[in-house]
Amino acid sequence: MNPKRLTTPWSDATVEGLRAGDLVLISGVIYGARDAAHKRLVEALERGETLPADLRGHLVYYVGPTPAKPGQVIGSAGPTTSTRMDTYTPTLLAQGLKGMIGKGYRSQPVLEAMRRHRAVYMATTGGAGALLARCFTRAEVVAYEDLGPEALFRFEVADFPAIVVNDAFGGDLYAQGKKAFSKATPG
Amino acid sequence: MRTIAYQDVAEAARRLCIDANVYLGEDVLGLLRSAREREPSALGQRVLEEILENNRIAVAETVPICQDTGTAFVFVELGEEVRVDGGLLRDAVDEGVRRGYTEGYLRKSMVSDPLRRRNTGDNSPAVVHIELVPGDRVRMTLLPKGGGAENMSRMTMLTPADGEGGVRAFVIETVERAGPNACPPVVVGVGIGGTFDTVGFLAKRALIRKAGERHPDPFYARMEEDLLAAINALGVGPMGYGGETTALDVRIEVCPCHIVSLPVAVNLQCHAARVARAEL
Repeated sequence: MNPKRLTTPWSDATVEGLRAGDLVLISGVIYGARDAAHKRLVEALERGETLPADLRGHLVYYVGPTPAKPGQVIGSAGPTTSTRMDTYTPTLLAQGLKGMIGKGYRSQPVLEAMRRHRAVYMATTGGAGALLARCFTRAEVVAYEDLGPEALFRFEVADFPAIVVNDAFGGDLYAQGKKAFSKATPG
Repeated sequence: MRTIAYQDVAEAARRLCIDANVYLGEDVLGLLRSAREREPSALGQRVLEEILENNRIAVAETVPICQDTGTAFVFVELGEEVRVDGGLLRDAVDEGVRRGYTEGYLRKSMVSDPLRRRNTGDNSPAVVHIELVPGDRVRMTLLPKGGGAENMSRMTMLTPADGEGGVRAFVIETVERAGPNACPPVVVGVGIGGTFDTVGFLAKRALIRKAGERHPDPFYARMEEDLLAAINALGVGPMGYGGETTALDVRIEVCPCHIVSLPVAVNLQCHAARVARAEL
């Protein structure tokens, strides 16, 4: 399967061209945030503030990297479990976020918000932090530096590998993959 | 009575934190390689190849396998004829963990309070289990445990009538519910028996056993093999994309229990099943 090379920011058309199971190689700016940064972003919106980063057309990678060694752009930087961000994600999708990268299941409200706002959910290999670190050409903290590994990051990546798990049309790689390989007798 | 210097214990713990997070054991690598050969899903094979490549990079660059360098669990077997000179064993282990996570560029993932959530800044405290054993040696086993798989772990109090079938169903259901979240292929630690508090420890202790090594009791060895086959028939596959490699290993630890009880705990470990050992 040939991966699709896509540079950020993304449009609705980029999202509409993706289906569950598609391999993508992402280049350009992506943002990094986990639960603690998501909480602050959503609280800032509730207070009517402008976010420290314009998320329109952008992607958020759920990551809390290890500290970079001298000479490294970033330490190990694999995905964390996306499920923990479910509470906050619909709010960010309403701000124009076009995609999320992590690993693990998303909730129904997130999947519905993805369909409504045209966005995709992608996964990358959990526990492949050393391999994925090689795709980063730049990493900086944008906000919430006090959160340490949970700060809001701005990254520049080249050919960052991901796979579409949930597309904007209801496609679900987790469900499709399991169905194809399950040997359970139908109940 | 033999004595060991506090600093030697701290240094050993420091070294173990770094080694465990960078070098995956040959036992686990062997299971990953044979899974890659057997896995029928092309996507699953690709994930397993990425995992193996990631381990090669971690070793070549001395960087952590995964960004979640975990809570540091330290299992200490303390000989009854040895004492630590210059401080408490527990403090020496914590000092080693602080130094290892700082000097080894490992992530600091511990918060001091579960609700107020302030990062301790040095990954302390470690979870230290000390067991007294005969002899004058100190054996330390370090298990860095990531949060993703830990969060998908479960325990339950079954009744004796539920028996082996009930245990089996609970273990399989736990792995299936965890799906992609626990970073499969997983290692499944199962505790059976004991009490509400000890059964979780049994499941955790199963995770420091050598990968692929069966329980010494043939009854439980067979149950481990049976569970592994049933879990790999679920179809979850590497990273949950579908496939026949959902678990690398199932290990059961058991303990006597009350006549009315059948506690069961399932502690999941991701494919980065990191363990490092030292003897002093």
